[in-house]
Amino acid sequence: MKELAPMKELMPFYQAVDNPAALGRSITHKKVIGTLCSYAPEELIYAAGFHPMRLFASKKEIHLAHNHLQTYCCSVVRGVLEDSLSGHLDFLHGAVFPHTCDSMQRLSDIWRLKGRYPFFADVILPAKMNTPSANAYMAAVLTRFKTDLEADAGITITQQALADAVHLYNRIRSTLSSIYAHKSKYPASLTNRDIHALVKGSMLMDRQQAADLLDKVVRRLASADPAADHARTWGTKRLILSGSVCDMPALYDLFQDTGAAVVGDDLCTGSRWFEGLTDEDDEPIAAITRRYARRMVCPAKHQGLHTRAAHLVEKAQSLKADGVVFVLLKFCDPHAFDYPYIKAFLDDAGIRSLVLELDDSQDSLGQLATRIETFIHMI
Amino acid sequence: MTRTIDKENTKIAAAKKMRDIMTTYYLDALSASENNRQVAWITSGGPVEPLVAMDIIPVYPENHGAMIGSAKMGEDLCSKAEEMGYSTDLCAYARADIGCSVAKGGPIGGLPKPDMLICCNNICGTVLKWYEVQARYYGVPLFILDTPVCHTGFFPETAAYVKAQITEYIGFLETATRRKMDMDRMNQVGHLSLEGQKLWQQVLRTTAHKPSPMSAFDAFFFLALIVTLRGTTTAVDFYRELIAEMNDRIAKGISVVPDEQYRLLWDNLPVWHRLKWLSKKFSNHRACLVADTYTSAWCGAIQYIDPDNFLDSIAQAYTRIYLNIGIDQMADQVLDMIQFYDVNGLVMHSNRSCKPYSFGQMDIMRIVQKKAGIPVLMLEADMVDPRSFSESQMETRIDAFMEIILQRGATGRGGQ
Ligand code: SF4
Ligand code: SF4
Repeated sequence: MKELAPMKELMPFYQAVDNPAALGRSITHKKVIGTLCSYAPEELIYAAGFHPMRLFASKKEIHLAHNHLQTYCCSVVRGVLEDSLSGHLDFLHGAVFPHTCDSMQRLSDIWRLKGRYPFFADVILPAKMNTPSANAYMAAVLTRFKTDLEADAGITITQQALADAVHLYNRIRSTLSSIYAHKSKYPASLTNRDIHALVKGSMLMDRQQAADLLDKVVRRLASADPAADHARTWGTKRLILSGSVCDMPALYDLFQDTGAAVVGDDLCTGSRWFEGLTDEDDEPIAAITRRYARRMVCPAKHQGLHTRAAHLVEKAQSLKADGVVFVLLKFCDPHAFDYPYIKAFLDDAGIRSLVLELDDSQDSLGQLATRIETFIHMI
Repeated sequence: MTRTIDKENTKIAAAKKMRDIMTTYYLDALSASENNRQVAWITSGGPVEPLVAMDIIPVYPENHGAMIGSAKMGEDLCSKAEEMGYSTDLCAYARADIGCSVAKGGPIGGLPKPDMLICCNNICGTVLKWYEVQARYYGVPLFILDTPVCHTGFFPETAAYVKAQITEYIGFLETATRRKMDMDRMNQVGHLSLEGQKLWQQVLRTTAHKPSPMSAFDAFFFLALIVTLRGTTTAVDFYRELIAEMNDRIAKGISVVPDEQYRLLWDNLPVWHRLKWLSKKFSNHRACLVADTYTSAWCGAIQYIDPDNFLDSIAQAYTRIYLNIGIDQMADQVLDMIQFYDVNGLVMHSNRSCKPYSFGQMDIMRIVQKKAGIPVLMLEADMVDPRSFSESQMETRIDAFMEIILQRGATGRGGQ
């Protein structure tokens, strides 16, 4: 499987992923606003005429961030701060911080006090996603954010612009969902790394371009001979990844090399970003709020006591997964708190799992290889 | 102007009474079910007053965590949670509590089983996850009071959201107890709560006197009542006596650190398992930790409380607390304290357990160095888990820091 070169439709995604900063600098027709998590209301940013771009740690050596964050901080927060302080993100017009975990909360403060960019906004989302008062508050927060964007852009975001943005994002979401579905049905039709490139690339590149390119990928996949794909899936183990940010292409390769296909995920850099559509016939802010309320929560948000575990079990069963791999980042509290109970749910359902505690910046996965191989051979 | 004071005299007499009150409180809580009383576990920053008004016994896992730390049982109980799959990097209060629930160990044999859980996230996101864990374990209802962080301000939508939740909170308690809230009683409790907080503030402010009649180490101890018995006459009466004792000490010139020469401010939670050691260490340098940012959090929102409109006003008071604001506002409060207590230096505990308290500390440190011009010491430790504590390293760093303070002399104060 590995020797297959990515199909040509995927090349722009690979290019975007390879050097996000170069891509950021190349976007000159719009101001770029960095986003830090899947709760960033990108439709609003887009509708205001900005280019929303997800920030990933570039994994350069840490020098400057050590002056702001102690050693027990996750590599995402530390890495993104390093990139900002070192000037690596100087193409940004600003950034938006949705409230999620404690580490992000303080990164927002540190970032704001540094004041490197003209635009800055906190989007202080509720921690609960399951009550009417929290949903009402969420809609008010989104409205405030809309006003912040308008003030900076010097425009009024029309209902039409918002509706168009919602439509565009729905296109991206539904194509990514169908690509995931295809990968699950024909695991050899795309490599694991292709999936990573597609999702991450879509978070970085111009959204119109991403939507058009994703359409092409879907068409190309549809025209391929499923029988040929199917033959190549023989013996493949089916995996689901669960965690926060999983920005380690080498890890995806490692699964591939061991003969395992990633057929689904519950990741902030995966399904949680694109699952669920925004109702297009409703008032956009209300519709965006509703999508967040319905969408699978990140563990920094509350939506019931068993929601995440039940969701993962159901996903594993419906995708006929052979196993679940928790890709947890070191020092990530919300995910570390959920891990034991979710694992127990998987155990009860007879689904095997493996937990990897990773550092986003770690290049060598050598020590993990043996554990991963053992797990994959066992399932 | 050295005064020799009989060692026994420097002990604070109220400490014994405080211990008795806490013992009675825990005995009551532990025998709650035999007396047909309900127990609610609540986070330390949560609004306890409605519980008191409804005659529900509030229990604080964080206070219990502090007891576990002081009793040096932290490592054992944390390891228990780690065996259950919880990462060593999680808050040690949460780990110790989760471990203790299963092991039924700890200094008092575990906390009484909760009938309900009240989680207010104004201190951190950890409590949300921790209380979810306990809600699953005990199978009891969980109420989450979500207090959005005030990075730069308190917005109308935040006020409306938290107010709505205060109403939901009362409704939750009414369902749990199958009783209506008695609003007169609620008002009484509200008045007592505010009075208790004002008295607590007075207790803390006695240390502005030179020499200081008590230290932050004493404040860490006396804090338990304003946390657990806020809204009761017990807390009010006790703090009145404590203030009287402090004033008496001031009148007699009794200082907690013999021959106090230097005054320091502490930031972050205490290192519960090393309180004695640290206190001795600083006092050997004739330095008194006169105040801290932690214990003052329980009187930091007094300005927002309206005793005649208590329930409405606590929406703001419980949201705008020390940890739930931006680090620039936290730095301002630190600077105010430096001025008010007239200190020579700031000691910051970089606490592995508590990310919202510790991240941003380095920025606060630089603001303080720049604006107040006093030396700052950053100590790496953990409030409960002793495994990341290196006594020799700590000793060297404190000695070096005190050397700098000494060279600057007693005049090098932030307040001057
Ligand atoms: S990886 Fe975890 S700790 Fe880090 S920013 Fe994401 S949720 Fe927060
Ligand atoms: S120590 Fe910090 S992380 Fe732990 S419960 Fe307290 S505020 Fe939360």
